Amino acid sequence: MKNTVYIKAYCAITNTKMVCNDEVLCEENELDYKSFLKSIYKNYCEVSYPKFFKMDEASKLAFLTAEVLLKNTSMTENEKEDLAIILSNKSASLNTDRDYQNSIQDKNNFYPSPAIFVYTLPNIGIGEICIRHKSYGENAFYITEKFDANLLSTYAQTLLNTNKTNNVLCGWVEVEKGKCSSFFYLLSNTEGELYSEKNINEIYQSI
Amino acid sequence: MEALKKELKENIIEVLNLEDLTIEDVNDDDALFGDGLGLDSIDALELIVMLDKDYGIKLTDPSEGREIFKSVEVLATYITENRTK
Repeated sequence: MKNTVYIKAYCAITNTKMVCNDEVLCEENELDYKSFLKSIYKNYCEVSYPKFFKMDEASKLAFLTAEVLLKNTSMTENEKEDLAIILSNKSASLNTDRDYQNSIQDKNNFYPSPAIFVYTLPNIGIGEICIRHKSYGENAFYITEKFDANLLSTYAQTLLNTNKTNNVLCGWVEVEKGKCSSFFYLLSNTEGELYSEKNINEIYQSI
Repeated sequence: MEALKKELKENIIEVLNLEDLTIEDVNDDDALFGDGLGLDSIDALELIVMLDKDYGIKLTDPSEGREIFKSVEVLATYITENRTK
Protein backbone atom coordinates (compact mmCIF):
# COMPACT_ATOMS: atom_id res chain seq x y z
CA MET A 1 0.00 0.00 0.00
CA LYS A 2 1.34 3.43 -0.96
CA ASN A 3 1.98 5.97 1.78
CA THR A 4 0.68 9.49 1.32
CA VAL A 5 3.42 11.93 0.29
CA TYR A 6 3.56 15.54 1.36
CA ILE A 7 5.50 18.65 0.34
CA LYS A 8 6.98 19.76 3.63
CA ALA A 9 8.89 22.81 2.42
CA TYR A 10 10.49 24.32 -0.65
CA CYS A 11 13.13 26.90 -1.57
CA ALA A 12 14.14 28.40 -4.90
CA ILE A 13 16.94 30.73 -5.94
CA THR A 14 17.36 32.56 -9.25
CA ASN A 15 19.79 35.27 -10.35
CA THR A 16 17.71 37.91 -8.60
CA LYS A 17 15.38 36.27 -6.10
CA MET A 18 15.15 33.75 -3.28
CA VAL A 19 11.76 32.29 -2.33
CA CYS A 20 11.08 29.93 0.53
CA ASN A 21 7.68 28.44 1.38
CA ASP A 22 5.70 31.07 -0.57
CA GLU A 23 7.69 33.94 0.94
CA VAL A 24 10.13 36.06 -1.08
CA LEU A 25 13.10 36.25 1.27
CA CYS A 26 15.17 38.57 -0.89
CA GLU A 27 15.26 40.25 -4.27
CA GLU A 28 18.34 41.84 -5.77
CA ASN A 29 18.67 43.35 -9.22
CA GLU A 30 22.04 45.07 -8.88
CA LEU A 31 24.36 42.12 -8.27
CA ASP A 32 25.63 39.44 -10.65
CA TYR A 33 24.58 35.96 -9.63
CA LYS A 34 27.92 35.11 -8.00
CA SER A 35 27.72 38.16 -5.75
CA PHE A 36 24.05 37.43 -5.08
CA LEU A 37 24.90 33.91 -3.87
CA LYS A 38 27.60 35.32 -1.62
CA SER A 39 25.14 37.82 -0.15
CA ILE A 40 22.68 35.00 0.59
CA TYR A 41 25.46 33.13 2.40
CA LYS A 42 26.33 36.18 4.47
CA ASN A 43 22.77 37.28 5.24
CA TYR A 44 20.64 34.13 5.38
CA CYS A 45 22.91 31.34 6.56
CA GLU A 46 23.48 31.41 10.27
CA VAL A 47 26.60 29.34 10.01
CA SER A 48 30.29 29.99 9.51
CA TYR A 49 31.31 27.52 6.84
CA PRO A 50 34.60 28.63 5.20
CA LYS A 51 34.45 25.71 2.76
CA PHE A 52 31.54 27.50 1.06
CA PHE A 53 34.02 29.85 -0.64
CA LYS A 54 35.95 26.93 -2.12
CA MET A 55 32.92 25.40 -3.85
CA ASP A 56 32.09 25.85 -7.50
CA GLU A 57 29.01 27.93 -8.32
CA ALA A 58 26.64 24.95 -8.76
CA SER A 59 27.65 23.51 -5.40
CA LYS A 60 27.25 26.93 -3.76
CA LEU A 61 23.75 27.16 -5.23
CA ALA A 62 22.85 23.66 -4.04
CA PHE A 63 24.38 24.30 -0.61
CA LEU A 64 22.48 27.57 -0.12
CA THR A 65 19.14 26.25 -1.36
CA ALA A 66 19.36 23.28 1.00
CA GLU A 67 20.62 25.46 3.84
CA VAL A 68 17.73 27.94 3.65
CA LEU A 69 15.12 25.24 3.08
CA LEU A 70 16.27 23.13 6.03
CA LYS A 71 16.56 26.21 8.23
CA ASN A 72 12.90 26.94 7.52
CA THR A 73 11.53 23.51 8.31
CA SER A 74 11.58 21.33 11.39
CA MET A 75 13.74 18.24 11.24
CA THR A 76 15.40 16.27 14.01
CA GLU A 77 19.07 15.34 13.79
CA ASN A 78 18.02 11.71 13.18
CA GLU A 79 15.78 12.78 10.31
CA LYS A 80 18.65 14.79 8.79
CA GLU A 81 20.88 11.75 9.14
CA ASP A 82 18.43 9.64 7.14
CA LEU A 83 17.66 12.36 4.58
CA ALA A 84 17.75 11.14 0.97
CA ILE A 85 18.67 13.58 -1.79
CA ILE A 86 17.66 13.40 -5.47
CA LEU A 87 18.75 16.32 -7.64
CA SER A 88 18.85 17.05 -11.33
CA ASN A 89 19.92 19.61 -13.91
CA LYS A 90 20.48 20.10 -17.61
CA SER A 91 24.15 21.03 -17.93
CA ALA A 92 25.77 18.66 -15.42
CA SER A 93 29.04 20.37 -14.37
CA LEU A 94 29.70 22.06 -17.72
CA ASN A 95 30.26 25.50 -16.16
CA THR A 96 33.08 24.15 -13.99
CA ASP A 97 34.36 21.78 -16.68
CA ARG A 98 34.96 24.88 -18.79
CA ASP A 99 36.89 26.59 -15.96
CA TYR A 100 39.05 23.51 -15.60
CA GLN A 101 39.62 23.33 -19.34
CA ASN A 102 40.83 26.94 -19.25
CA SER A 103 43.41 26.03 -16.61
CA ILE A 104 44.96 23.40 -18.92
CA GLN A 105 44.39 25.06 -22.29
CA ASP A 106 47.80 26.71 -22.65
CA LYS A 107 50.64 24.19 -22.94
CA ASN A 108 53.12 26.86 -21.88
CA ASN A 109 51.08 27.75 -18.81
CA PHE A 110 49.86 24.29 -17.86
CA TYR A 111 48.82 24.31 -14.22
CA PRO A 112 45.74 22.10 -13.67
CA SER A 113 43.87 23.20 -10.56
CA PRO A 114 43.06 20.34 -8.17
CA ALA A 115 40.50 22.54 -6.39
CA ILE A 116 38.56 23.10 -9.63
CA PHE A 117 38.97 19.51 -10.79
CA VAL A 118 37.18 18.07 -7.75
CA TYR A 119 34.03 19.94 -8.79
CA THR A 120 33.91 18.58 -12.34
CA LEU A 121 31.04 16.27 -11.42
CA PRO A 122 27.46 17.49 -10.91
CA ASN A 123 26.74 15.27 -7.91
CA ILE A 124 29.48 16.91 -5.82
CA GLY A 125 26.83 19.44 -4.73
CA ILE A 126 24.91 16.60 -3.08
CA GLY A 127 28.11 15.65 -1.28
CA GLU A 128 28.51 19.18 0.07
CA ILE A 129 24.93 19.12 1.44
CA CYS A 130 25.49 15.69 3.00
CA ILE A 131 28.72 16.80 4.68
CA ARG A 132 27.12 19.97 6.03
CA HIS A 133 24.02 18.26 7.45
CA LYS A 134 25.62 14.89 8.27
CA SER A 135 23.18 13.10 5.98
CA TYR A 136 23.84 9.49 5.07
CA GLY A 137 20.67 8.69 3.11
CA GLU A 138 20.47 7.43 -0.44
CA ASN A 139 21.21 9.98 -3.18
CA ALA A 140 21.21 10.36 -6.93
CA PHE A 141 21.78 13.06 -9.53
CA TYR A 142 20.00 13.01 -12.90
CA ILE A 143 20.76 14.97 -16.06
CA THR A 144 17.52 15.90 -17.82
CA GLU A 145 16.57 18.43 -20.47
CA LYS A 146 14.26 20.25 -18.06
CA PHE A 147 12.83 19.93 -14.55
CA ASP A 148 11.06 16.56 -14.44
CA ALA A 149 8.89 16.20 -11.33
CA ASN A 150 7.70 12.76 -12.36
CA LEU A 151 11.22 11.33 -12.58
CA LEU A 152 12.19 12.70 -9.17
CA SER A 153 8.97 11.74 -7.41
CA THR A 154 9.01 8.17 -8.74
CA TYR A 155 12.35 7.55 -7.04
CA ALA A 156 11.41 9.60 -3.96
CA GLN A 157 8.11 7.77 -3.47
CA THR A 158 9.86 4.42 -3.72
CA LEU A 159 12.21 5.47 -0.91
CA LEU A 160 9.32 6.78 1.22
CA ASN A 161 7.04 3.79 0.56
CA THR A 162 9.74 1.27 1.43
CA ASN A 163 10.59 3.11 4.66
CA LYS A 164 14.17 3.82 3.56
CA THR A 165 13.62 7.34 4.86
CA ASN A 166 10.87 9.74 5.95
CA ASN A 167 12.25 12.71 4.03
CA VAL A 168 13.60 13.19 0.51
CA LEU A 169 15.13 16.44 -0.70
CA CYS A 170 14.33 16.70 -4.40
CA GLY A 171 15.08 19.35 -6.94
CA TRP A 172 16.75 21.17 -9.77
CA VAL A 173 20.07 23.05 -9.61
CA GLU A 174 21.41 24.61 -12.79
CA VAL A 175 24.25 27.05 -13.41
CA GLU A 176 25.19 27.88 -16.97
CA LYS A 177 25.99 30.90 -19.14
CA GLY A 178 25.78 33.42 -16.32
CA LYS A 179 22.44 32.19 -15.06
CA CYS A 180 21.56 30.17 -12.02
CA SER A 181 18.32 28.55 -10.95
CA SER A 182 17.46 26.12 -8.21
CA PHE A 183 14.25 24.66 -6.89
CA PHE A 184 14.43 22.25 -3.97
CA TYR A 185 11.47 20.68 -2.19
CA LEU A 186 11.29 18.34 0.73
CA LEU A 187 8.99 15.36 0.30
CA SER A 188 7.87 13.69 3.49
CA ASN A 189 5.54 10.89 4.53
CA THR A 190 4.59 12.63 7.75
CA GLU A 191 3.43 16.24 7.22
CA GLY A 192 2.96 19.10 4.79
CA GLU A 193 0.87 19.96 1.76
CA LEU A 194 -0.39 16.94 -0.14
CA TYR A 195 2.01 16.15 -2.98
CA SER A 196 0.96 15.88 -6.58
CA GLU A 197 2.94 16.41 -9.76
CA LYS A 198 0.50 19.18 -10.63
CA ASN A 199 1.10 20.91 -7.27
CA ILE A 200 4.86 20.83 -7.52
CA ASN A 201 4.87 21.99 -11.14
CA GLU A 202 2.60 24.89 -10.21
CA ILE A 203 5.01 25.97 -7.48
CA TYR A 204 7.96 25.61 -9.87
CA GLN A 205 6.22 27.65 -12.56
CA SER A 206 5.28 30.38 -10.08
CA ILE A 207 8.90 31.16 -9.16
CA MET B 1 62.05 37.74 3.55
CA GLU B 2 59.31 39.93 5.05
CA ALA B 3 58.09 40.88 1.57
CA LEU B 4 58.02 37.21 0.55
CA LYS B 5 56.02 36.25 3.65
CA LYS B 6 53.49 38.99 2.91
CA GLU B 7 53.28 37.85 -0.72
CA LEU B 8 52.77 34.25 0.41
CA LYS B 9 49.94 35.19 2.75
CA GLU B 10 48.22 37.12 -0.04
CA ASN B 11 48.68 34.25 -2.49
CA ILE B 12 47.49 31.59 -0.05
CA ILE B 13 44.34 33.59 0.75
CA GLU B 14 43.63 34.17 -2.95
CA VAL B 15 44.54 30.73 -4.32
CA LEU B 16 42.73 28.83 -1.56
CA ASN B 17 39.69 31.17 -1.47
CA LEU B 18 40.07 31.93 2.24
CA GLU B 19 37.62 34.80 1.98
CA ASP B 20 37.09 35.14 5.71
CA LEU B 21 40.77 35.86 6.30
CA THR B 22 43.07 38.84 5.76
CA ILE B 23 46.86 38.76 5.84
CA GLU B 24 46.70 40.29 9.32
CA ASP B 25 44.89 37.15 10.52
CA VAL B 26 47.76 34.89 9.48
CA ASN B 27 50.79 34.86 11.75
CA ASP B 28 54.16 33.80 10.37
CA ASP B 29 54.29 30.72 12.59
CA ASP B 30 50.60 29.69 12.44
CA ALA B 31 50.11 26.07 11.43
CA LEU B 32 48.69 26.00 7.89
CA PHE B 33 47.03 22.62 8.43
CA GLY B 34 45.25 21.08 11.41
CA ASP B 35 44.27 23.55 14.10
CA GLY B 36 45.83 26.56 12.36
CA LEU B 37 44.23 27.70 9.11
CA GLY B 38 42.46 24.35 8.81
CA LEU B 39 43.60 23.63 5.26
CA ASP B 40 42.81 20.23 3.73
CA SER B 41 44.41 17.80 1.28
CA ILE B 42 43.08 19.59 -1.82
CA ASP B 43 44.58 22.82 -0.46
CA ALA B 44 47.92 21.02 -0.15
CA LEU B 45 47.74 20.09 -3.84
CA GLU B 46 46.94 23.71 -4.74
CA LEU B 47 49.96 24.87 -2.73
CA ILE B 48 52.16 22.41 -4.66
CA VAL B 49 50.82 23.90 -7.92
CA MET B 50 51.47 27.41 -6.56
CA LEU B 51 55.11 26.55 -5.73
CA ASP B 52 55.63 25.33 -9.30
CA LYS B 53 53.76 28.18 -11.00
CA ASP B 54 55.05 31.14 -8.98
CA TYR B 55 58.48 30.01 -7.79
CA GLY B 56 59.55 27.26 -10.21
CA ILE B 57 59.79 24.66 -7.46
CA LYS B 58 58.62 21.15 -8.32
CA LEU B 59 57.90 18.94 -5.33
CA THR B 60 58.52 15.39 -6.49
CA ASP B 61 57.99 13.81 -3.10
CA PRO B 62 54.55 14.77 -1.68
CA SER B 63 55.69 13.82 1.82
CA GLU B 64 58.11 16.76 1.67
CA GLY B 65 55.05 19.01 1.84
CA ARG B 66 54.37 17.96 5.41
CA GLU B 67 57.45 19.86 6.57
CA ILE B 68 57.51 22.64 3.94
CA PHE B 69 53.89 23.67 4.49
CA LYS B 70 54.22 23.78 8.27
CA SER B 71 53.86 27.58 8.39
CA VAL B 72 54.39 30.69 6.29
CA GLU B 73 57.77 31.14 8.03
CA VAL B 74 58.99 27.66 7.05
CA LEU B 75 57.53 27.95 3.54
CA ALA B 76 59.23 31.31 2.93
CA THR B 77 62.59 29.91 4.02
CA TYR B 78 62.19 26.89 1.72
CA ILE B 79 61.24 29.09 -1.25
CA THR B 80 64.18 31.44 -0.67
CA GLU B 81 66.59 28.48 -0.72
CA ASN B 82 65.06 26.63 -3.68
CA ARG B 83 63.30 29.06 -6.03
CA THR B 84 64.22 29.05 -9.72
CA LYS B 85 62.11 32.07 -10.64
